[in-house]
Amino acid sequence: MATETPAVGAARGVEAAPASLLKDFLRRLAKNRLAVASAVVILLAAVAAIFAPALAPYDPNALNLDAQLSPPSAAHPLGTDDLGRDVLSRMLYGARISLSVGFVAVGIAIAIGIVLGGLAGYYGGRVDQVIMWLVDVMLVFPSIFLILAVIAFVGPGLFKIMAIIGLTGWMGTTRLVRAEFLALREREFVAAVRAQGARDARIIFRHILPNAVAPVLVSATFGVAGAILTESALSFLGLGVPPPNATWGSLLSDGKAMIEVAWWLTVFPGLAIFVVSLAYNLLGEGIRDALDPRLRV
Amino acid sequence: MTAYLVRRVLLMIPTLLFITVVSFVVMRLAPGDPVQLQTELNPRVSAEARERLIAYHGLDKPIHVAYFIWLRNVLTLDFGRSSAPDGRPVIEKIAERLPITLFINVISFVLVLGLAVPIGILSATRQGSWLDRLTTLYVFVGYAMPSFWLALLLMILFGVRLGWLPISGLHSLDAYRMGPFEYWLDFGKHLVLPVFIGVFGGLAGLSRYARSSMLEVIRQDYVRVARAKGLPETRVIYRHALRNALLPLLTIFGLSIPGFIGGSVIIESIFAIPGLGQLFYQSVLSRDYNLVMASLVIGAVLTMVGNLLADLSYAVANPQIRLGAKGGD
Repeated sequence: MATETPAVGAARGVEAAPASLLKDFLRRLAKNRLAVASAVVILLAAVAAIFAPALAPYDPNALNLDAQLSPPSAAHPLGTDDLGRDVLSRMLYGARISLSVGFVAVGIAIAIGIVLGGLAGYYGGRVDQVIMWLVDVMLVFPSIFLILAVIAFVGPGLFKIMAIIGLTGWMGTTRLVRAEFLALREREFVAAVRAQGARDARIIFRHILPNAVAPVLVSATFGVAGAILTESALSFLGLGVPPPNATWGSLLSDGKAMIEVAWWLTVFPGLAIFVVSLAYNLLGEGIRDALDPRLRV
Repeated sequence: MTAYLVRRVLLMIPTLLFITVVSFVVMRLAPGDPVQLQTELNPRVSAEARERLIAYHGLDKPIHVAYFIWLRNVLTLDFGRSSAPDGRPVIEKIAERLPITLFINVISFVLVLGLAVPIGILSATRQGSWLDRLTTLYVFVGYAMPSFWLALLLMILFGVRLGWLPISGLHSLDAYRMGPFEYWLDFGKHLVLPVFIGVFGGLAGLSRYARSSMLEVIRQDYVRVARAKGLPETRVIYRHALRNALLPLLTIFGLSIPGFIGGSVIIESIFAIPGLGQLFYQSVLSRDYNLVMASLVIGAVLTMVGNLLADLSYAVANPQIRLGAKGGD
């Protein structure tokens, strides 16, 4: 939609958008101060997660019975919990899990969405009907019900959580990709490659998909925020990544029991979830505007 | 209209069947079953009792046979018994929990729709004003805010610090001694925070669509014509623009219904409200097969009925779609 690739260039097999388009996109994105700030926040969070072992002042699981429930102080900037564990250290390590769940879950959802959306949009007819019916069924269902039921019966675990969130979050991408494919498959460059005898798989992945990347990128950015929120909700309900690994959601869940005496156990982990998910939403918004100003809502 | 209604209701059947098949298969294939859970910690359970339980849950039969037995019972509204110690019929347990969940959700729906429309109109007609900017800010905050965190913060503020509002359950401990007025006031106070949390997130999404839908309509030719005719601005906005802006909003609202129903699980477990969401959560933790299946079915039915109502009001509001023509999609 945004990339008006000339048909001739596309028929030869365009690898990526020409550098000038990318530059153009980055220039427009850089003008959006909120988006830039969000990107910085996202980058900082990722760095904090990656270098958690170096940055954390304490061992996240080390008990310190001399410093139980101590409010934020110089020794413990974000306080300690009821077992004397340092909240900042636990949050830094928690970031690793919360963020990686967000990324992997969205990766799974996007992969499913691209394949199903591509199939539906490219082939149409029966294939399209069945896939879109599946989308409607999934959309009708309160996904948290399904996720909870599945986790309860399959058992908790990091990879299971990632898979389940991904498996219940592909519908939006599927619809987007399908709509893109419906429009793109009628274009001349597709007819041109088909006339050259290219197989369907090649047409779908090499020729049509690169032109549909933009909206997918936007929905992936929003998706990360959604997946982080879902993971934290699950951990909050005690059905997330199992202990002793802390995630931002499980920290909140632990803090809930101490809500009357230790506000810092509730405020900081929630703030981290909120700020990161806000940043992904704002960045997604910025990317969308920069890709195609006409799409601005 | 009737034909449309019948077709929509019939279309729900394959959807429901699909949902039950998937849930049933997932639960059966997962390791650990209710019999194990009920008996493994109790050494006095005899082998016979175990056999009986296994037979009762249909675990001795192939999965498709067990599914059809379950389905046949469900068609007569027999969802089986709970595997909790009380062993009561599942349908009974759900029936006593459902009203409060429906009540909270309906109040939230009404508030969300009632607030989103004026917010959308005001921020679209005064684009760029402080009110518009405040709306945009709220939309982003509402999107990114984890509802359970907001709930906890409000509990700290209004429950613990200020002591204005109760933070759990539906009634105070001494509610039985209160007069009728006090009793309902007490009940209302208990609902303030749960309803607020339910509305906060949903309203953010819908306000945004209300705004963009209004903005789109305002630019249309017929609105320009209405202005050119010299109609007063309020008439242009509320008679000509609003009607058309409302239509896409109803669709979006229908799509957000699963979110509300799903949100009940979190809201009810935070505020200790004995509704369907809490029941579902508990049944999931105790792997109560029959109760989980029944809750899934009821949750799906509620969502579909909500969607149907949204679509019907869409049809009623839109004179272009006198149904039949292009209904159903």
